[in-house]
Amino acid sequence: MSEYRDPELAKKYLEEIKNTVSRPWSIMEVCGGQTHSLVKNGIIDMLPDTVTMIHGPGCPVCVTPLNLIDKAIYLAEEKGVILCSFGDMLRVPGSQKNLLEVKAEGADVRILYSPLEAVKIAEDNPDKEVVFFAVGFETTAPANALSVVHAHRRGVKNYSILASHVLVPPAIKAVIDDEESKIDGFLAAGHVCTIMGNSEYHPLSAEYKVPIVVTGFEPLDVLQGILMVIRQLEQSKSEVENQYARIVREDGNPEAQKVINEVFEIRNQMWRGIGEIPESGYAVREKYAEFDATKKYDVTIEEAPENPDCISGQIMKGIKKPFECSQFGKKCKPTNPLGAPMVSSEGACAAYYHFSGLVEA
Amino acid sequence: MSENNKIRMQLQCPMPKLDFDVITLGHGSGGVLTNKLLDSGVFDLLSNDILDERHDGAFLELNGKTAFSTDSFLVSPIFFPGGNIGELAINGTVNDLAMCGATPKYLSLSFIIEEGLPVKEFWDILVAIKFACEKAGVQVVTGDTKVVEKGKGDKIFINTSGVGPIHEKANISAKNISVGDKIIISGNVASHGMAIMSVREGLEFESEIISDTTNLNHTIINLIEKFGSNIHLLTDPTRGGVATVLKEIAQSSEIGIDLKQRDFPIDEQVASACELLGLDPLYVANEGLFIAFVSESEADAVLATLHQDENGKNARIIGSVVQEHPKQVIMESAIGGKRVISMLPGEQLPRIC
Repeated sequence: MSEYRDPELAKKYLEEIKNTVSRPWSIMEVCGGQTHSLVKNGIIDMLPDTVTMIHGPGCPVCVTPLNLIDKAIYLAEEKGVILCSFGDMLRVPGSQKNLLEVKAEGADVRILYSPLEAVKIAEDNPDKEVVFFAVGFETTAPANALSVVHAHRRGVKNYSILASHVLVPPAIKAVIDDEESKIDGFLAAGHVCTIMGNSEYHPLSAEYKVPIVVTGFEPLDVLQGILMVIRQLEQSKSEVENQYARIVREDGNPEAQKVINEVFEIRNQMWRGIGEIPESGYAVREKYAEFDATKKYDVTIEEAPENPDCISGQIMKGIKKPFECSQFGKKCKPTNPLGAPMVSSEGACAAYYHFSGLVEA
Repeated sequence: MSENNKIRMQLQCPMPKLDFDVITLGHGSGGVLTNKLLDSGVFDLLSNDILDERHDGAFLELNGKTAFSTDSFLVSPIFFPGGNIGELAINGTVNDLAMCGATPKYLSLSFIIEEGLPVKEFWDILVAIKFACEKAGVQVVTGDTKVVEKGKGDKIFINTSGVGPIHEKANISAKNISVGDKIIISGNVASHGMAIMSVREGLEFESEIISDTTNLNHTIINLIEKFGSNIHLLTDPTRGGVATVLKEIAQSSEIGIDLKQRDFPIDEQVASACELLGLDPLYVANEGLFIAFVSESEADAVLATLHQDENGKNARIIGSVVQEHPKQVIMESAIGGKRVISMLPGEQLPRIC
């Protein structure tokens, strides 16, 4: 890893960025992992003032609809299921409480690293229902899909997933289409492209005339990605480039795509704070309906209003910076988040709060 | 603990023959079963003049300034690579006393056992306690055993408290920290937390990640003998890790701290495990590590002394106390950027991707 954190090389990239920039540019890093890396490594303050980084909607935890979190809470509390989830989903506020509180009150909520573990839990507890809260971008979709295929093959009847998968290319499109948006170029999420490849980005960059650079997550990856976007912008180019070629192939991982297509189909998807984006999510196909928790359990939870003080939508579309929110660091802190971007360390607000020292803990 | 040590310990302390295999509620009732459990194990194994009196409390002779500390231990799994909850409970309180500049002398030891714990496991824990006490040079002088119903505990909880006289040359206080002080860490960070996590998550690496749990009192007393009041503050970064401890000190003492990420010693496998699980090693727990704030002029000598010690062979200077930015801890990242270190809002939650 140290080769992607070499201070001398970082200095060279920064010099090169300074020498290339001739006017102000705004660049959005789509993925929360990149936001995390930018802030954790202090890159934002090292960039010239002319380069503004805008933090995109790429934190899957942040955009998971409020209503779905309420559903997960309902399943854990009222239906007595073993609710399994990735860790950082647990602190995200639902309309009344979060999953950590539900767990503290006695519900069986478990943190897992892989949905396959959840299938194992289902097999070990045949008298209990097990639901995996399948959240994420295209990156976690293959494993989540695989868990369904696996459960199907093994005849596991007490396993289902509560799916909230969001897709990156439609989100980029939505961000550009927003009238208030002022983004000149994009760093696309390397891990997503590892699965899906780069093909979906070519029409986007051609239609909207924006450079898109598929970028990794180490500090030098991000710096190089920024430099590649700026070079294109300065030369009035708008192409798809691959900074993360050591991992990402043009056509992605066909095997992973196959398992995604087997289990999921594309649907319109609600993004918390942003609204519905057409064809931007995955639903479980009819063929696997018995593994779809939304169909398995007749759960209708009334749509609760978002906290009116939270401007997470504007944050995630890059229209406002976290510190431009009147509640940032005041009413809204990681210990008491009003909205999801303050929860996950990939969320723009939490990343700013933890690492940039604007406010005291 | 190495395999050899384990075998040696089992040979030296064979488990007594008992007419029960698991611990039941009766073992905590204070009656015959309690006595059987204590006589056949605890008292024999941990025997010393004070404990052998078997009174309600211990009679101690303490002269001069004394340090007193307490800690409770709950870890799952109770057996992990590098140790078990028993030695953790001894080392934890021994180290807390050592951080005061004291020589730990006497400990209390209390068990809360969940019904159903195999006696064999309890015995292994006791044996680990015995050896940890011997290594640290402390005596268990009083204790207690309670048993709770199945489901109301997590196998076994242990509380230890301890006392010990403060070394005459020691002057440990956050008030002694001054601008220019160097901050030394005694070894690799995050080993204990990641040893536990890798067992919980079933991670496998080329070689096992081992907990760093150990007693630090001899190392500390040696430093105090040599450097006296040039050792300004000692602290062990257990729960919350190095970041939390340093942030607490900066905030309460109103000092600024500068750190360099590049200088943090970390085992390569531990670093990979952290990456894999999306955890920041600076917030991961340690059990055999200490941080020392020392006079700038003595820092190199302290480091050289530590390098001679088994507990300090990987010691490094990781930062210094600065005039600027009081209450803030600022870390220079590997690539030279700067970031503020803050406390975690709660438990460190693994990230999705």
